[in-house]
This record gives sequence, C-alpha cells and structure tokens, in this order.
Amino acid sequence: MELVRELWSYMSDRRKFWLLPIFVMLGVFGGLIVLTQGTAVAPFIYTLF
Amino acid sequence: MKTVRILGISAFYHDSAAALIEDGRIVAAAQEERFTRRKHDPGFPANAVRYCLAEGACAIDDIDHVVFYDKPFLKFERLLETYLATVPGGFRSFRAAMPVWVKEKLFQKKGLRRKLGEIAGSKSWDGSLLFSEHHVAHAASAFFASPFQNAAVLTMDGVGEWCTTSLGHGNGKRLDLLKEIHFPHSLGLLYSAFTYYTGFKVNSGEYKIMGLAPYGRPLYAQAILDHLIDLKADGSFWLDQRYFDYCTGLTMTSSAFHELFGGEPRKPESPLTQREMDLAASIQAVTEEVVLRLATFARRETGERQLCLAGGVALNCVANGRVLKEGIFDDIWIQPAAGDAGGAVGAALAVWHQYLDKDRAPNGCDLMEGAYLGPTYSQEEIEQRLTAAGAVYGVLSDSELISTTVSALMEEKAVGWMQGRMEFGPRALGNRSILGDPRSPRMQKTLNLKVKYRESFRPFAPSVRREDVAEWFGLSTDSPYMLLVADVREEKRVRPNLDEEALFGIERLNVPRSDIPAVTHVDYSARVQTVHRETNRRYWELLTTFKERTGCPVLVNTSFNVRGEPIVCSPEDAYRCFMGTEIERLVIGNTVLRKEDQPAALMRDYKEEFELD
Repeated sequence: MELVRELWSYMSDRRKFWLLPIFVMLGVFGGLIVLTQGTAVAPFIYTLF
Repeated sequence: MKTVRILGISAFYHDSAAALIEDGRIVAAAQEERFTRRKHDPGFPANAVRYCLAEGACAIDDIDHVVFYDKPFLKFERLLETYLATVPGGFRSFRAAMPVWVKEKLFQKKGLRRKLGEIAGSKSWDGSLLFSEHHVAHAASAFFASPFQNAAVLTMDGVGEWCTTSLGHGNGKRLDLLKEIHFPHSLGLLYSAFTYYTGFKVNSGEYKIMGLAPYGRPLYAQAILDHLIDLKADGSFWLDQRYFDYCTGLTMTSSAFHELFGGEPRKPESPLTQREMDLAASIQAVTEEVVLRLATFARRETGERQLCLAGGVALNCVANGRVLKEGIFDDIWIQPAAGDAGGAVGAALAVWHQYLDKDRAPNGCDLMEGAYLGPTYSQEEIEQRLTAAGAVYGVLSDSELISTTVSALMEEKAVGWMQGRMEFGPRALGNRSILGDPRSPRMQKTLNLKVKYRESFRPFAPSVRREDVAEWFGLSTDSPYMLLVADVREEKRVRPNLDEEALFGIERLNVPRSDIPAVTHVDYSARVQTVHRETNRRYWELLTTFKERTGCPVLVNTSFNVRGEPIVCSPEDAYRCFMGTEIERLVIGNTVLRKEDQPAALMRDYKEEFELD
C-alpha cells in the first residue's frame, strides 16, 4: 500500500497521471514478467537501469 | 547541542558507497568494493556503512537522517518514457529491465529500511529516509565539499534520473541547478560508446581511452561532430540516436555507428591497432571541446570566477587540465570521488545545507581531508594481522622506515606502500599505493606487466611535493587528487633522436622523453598529484628524503591492486597482493616486508583471481 501511496504522490507532483495505466498494467503483468526471467545484467551497456 | 548525523548511501548501479557526516563534517566515507573485494560492487554497502558507524563511534539508531543518492521513481519514469518513445524497438531492453524494477527497485524505500534494520537497528526511519536527485548529489559533492564560498558548478556523467549534464550556481549554503541536459543526450554515454567500440569495458575502460588518446591522431573528430553530436556554441548538445543502441538494445553502438567508423567493435583483449588509438584521440578531442564550451558558458552565465566539477566525466583529468590551462576560471576544484561513490557524500551534504538549512563557512580548505576518509589500522593491529597471515616482517622507527624505503626505490624496486586512512574515490593518493622510481626507463613497463598485469600502453602518474610542482610540471596550483593533467616542463624533457622521432603510435612507448620517463606520457603530459605536508605528512617526508638523495622530488604512484582488483583496504589485502605480484617490498605502517624473506608456500598466482576490467 505504501508503494501505491507514494506512486500516487509522485504522479501528482510530476503531473504525470498518464503513467497510471502503465503502472496498473505492470502491476497486473509484473508477476508474469518476474516469473519468466531472473536478474537482468547487460554486460556491454552502461548501467542505465 | 545534539550532534546531527547524516548517512549518505549510493548503491544499486555501480560503485556503492557510504559516507557519514557529523554536523557538516565528513567523518568517514568508503566504497563497498574495498570490503567485498568485488570491483565496482553495486550492492547495498553494508560493510561501508558498518565502517562509517565504527569511525563515528555510533550505532545505526544514532543516525538522524539517511539519504539515498537518487530518486528511483524518476528513474523509472525515464525508463518507461524511453521505452514508449522507442516502441517496439526497446522491447528487449524493457524485458531485461522490468524484472529488476518490479521485483526490487520500485520497492527501494522498503528495501533500504530492511537493509538498515539488518545493521543491528530498530529505528523505523519514517520521515528520516530521504532521496536526493542524482545530479543534485553530484553538484553538492562538488560545491559543498569545495573550499569556495561561491562558484559555478558543472556536473557531467552517463545518466542519473533524467539529467546527464547540469550547470549550477553555489553561494554559501545555497546551490541552484540552473540548466540541465537530459537523457539520451549524454557526454558520458558518448564517451562510453567509444569505450565499448574500442573493445574496453564500459564504465571502467574510460580511463584507458584517455590513456590511449595521445598515441593517436584525432582523425575521426570531425566525423563525430558531423554525425554523432550536434554541439552548440554554449556547450549544449544533441546526440543522433540512430548511431547508438543504449536506449533500445543491450549494447552502446548501432550498426550505423559501425558503418560510419568502418567496422565492427574491437573484440575485448584483441591486439590494439592504430585505428583504436585514432578513435581514442578523436573522442577525447571532442570531449575536451564540449567541456571547454560548457565551462565558458558556466563562467558567463554565473559570473563566478571559480568552478566546481563532479560526475564521472569530471574524472577526465585531461579535459580538466585543459579547462585550467585555458584560464576560463581562476580556480577549479574537482570532487575526488567524482563518480557515483561521491554521490553518498554529496547527498549527505545536501541534506545538511539544504534540507536542514545549515550555514556553510568554508575556511580555504576543502572538506575532503585529502580524500583520506577510509579505514586505518594501528601498528599493533597491523602486526597481529600480518603474523596471523604468516608474514615475515621487521618493524622500524619512523626515520629508518623512510630511509629504507627510499633505498629500495633507488634500487628500482616496486614498493607497496600502505599507511593511515584509505582513500575515498578511484585514486590511490599515497596511502594505498605502489611506488616506484620515476627516473627509471624500465619502471613503466615493469609496473604494467609484472606488477599490475595490465596493458603496457597505460601511463603512470607522478606524486610530487606541492612546493616542487612548478619546477617539474606546467602547473602552479594544488592538484591533491590527481585530477589535473599538466605537461612536464621543457627543461626536464629529453629530445628524441631522429630514429625515435620517426616512430609512430604504440612504438613511441619505449622512448624516454624526460628525466622522469616512467611518469611522462608520449605527449609529455602527466597526471599530477601534489603532496601536501598538512594532509599526508609521511608520504611528504618520503618524497623529501627521496629528493635529498636523488635530487628528484617525484615518485611513481599507482594504486595498490592488480588489474580488475579493488584497491587494497586491509593489511591482509596488501599482503595477498604483495605475494601474488612482483612487488619487492611492502611497507605497512612501520612494518617492512621483503619478498625474499616470505615463505614460498604463501606465494600465489594472483592475476587470474580477478575478472579483467
């Protein structure tokens, strides 16, 4: 719940409510993504993420 | 009045670190890699935090504020917007990044609380766990730690949340960021693209590009300016993303980039050719041009006469030396831990001066204490630890120690030198160093190939007494953190003969170019460290005695490690490195070890132990 509250406060601050559907989608499909892959280490790239 | 303690943390990307500030004074700072022995360790810096608490003689619950050096949600926003902007091209990268975010990084606050709790604490951290913007942390590490009352502040790196380059103005306790350049337009990423393309490891091979550049000619500089970067008069820039792959793929450069520069990226560890040297010279020339224009704009925009620098690009000491030489500013100060590790110090100082609104009164010295902010070991502890490791050693008085070490250096021996507190930041500054005689024409090759196990083209840096610097180098200011490059003075140079002058590229490596060939690069430049009696008495005395006996106040100073290994931290680390390399003498505190006295059973093949950087 804390994360939801903080995401809402972040979206309000940044006026980026259009990100809401993406967060919802990630929430729904996030579990699936997590299940299909372990950690992400890209050896040839600057640590962008 | 109650002491206010702030713990700064940088973690989860590269070069994790922790720093402890007490009432605005930096008490301790250290990188996690030094404890875990894993280079650029990105994990939570539990060991570094424990060390900082021990140095400050406090418990985790005594900390008033913990501050993390970037804002995870803003970074996530950048990732999502980048993937949306590049749909469907970025799907592979999206698939790689999302599990990490959905599992861990979106829950960073909770994760940090948990990790802090594991350090024997019971505090809930409600309201006292703060997050600073990445470039605010860099700017704060540059300005608040500097000796200046007011200054222009430039930060340049790969990327933080959105920002890749910022111009700020610092005045007393105020620090305002005035302008920013945002991802994907990044000078750091442009440089890293060439690091990748020339076959070096991104995020650690950038130094090698800088070292390789003087062997080449900037033949590709115009192509870079014509195609890759649209550079404006004020130093702002725009990168043509068709040539890069970092937004959407898992490499730095695209096929268009390879086509432009005539081939695929060089395979790591394959032989270096003149082409890589020319590419290195080209990107270095462009980088210097961008930094000079940014500095000129910063001078005009802020009206200040002093400049503070931080961010990974500020470790490009050749560019820094150019800014100083061009006289755009009267003085410049560069945060010694300019990379992400320094964000821990910056974020903590930002909380002190900006969040808590505490005054700032610089007294002419910077706050970094010579960057000697890490662990130290008492003589008793050193002897106990060395005995336990099976080492054979002698203990000398202060004067005998200096005299014996100078004798070993004059015999062209490589000397491991570990004294006092460990340095914070990527440079060894005379407390965790390997030292050598710079007058020896063989020293560079010996140190590179037999001691450090690294590429033979890589130059070494000189340490020189502050009072002697102007006599040997074209530099008359302090450079205590080895972040300025200056030329060896004309009168110290040796003129090459005709055959030597005709040599080209890497062949120039073995030509002695000055009275101190081991620290003179092929273009007569040197990455100078000035040694100050006030901040490192013992090292200064060593240089003084070396000067008395040889007439030369300069020593070769390279970090105490082998290629791919973090710089040594403890006496055990130093002994292991000593026993695994061709270092001939080891000096730890007042303890001296000779290689020939050590048990043969403890010798080991060391160079395979660390992943190459």
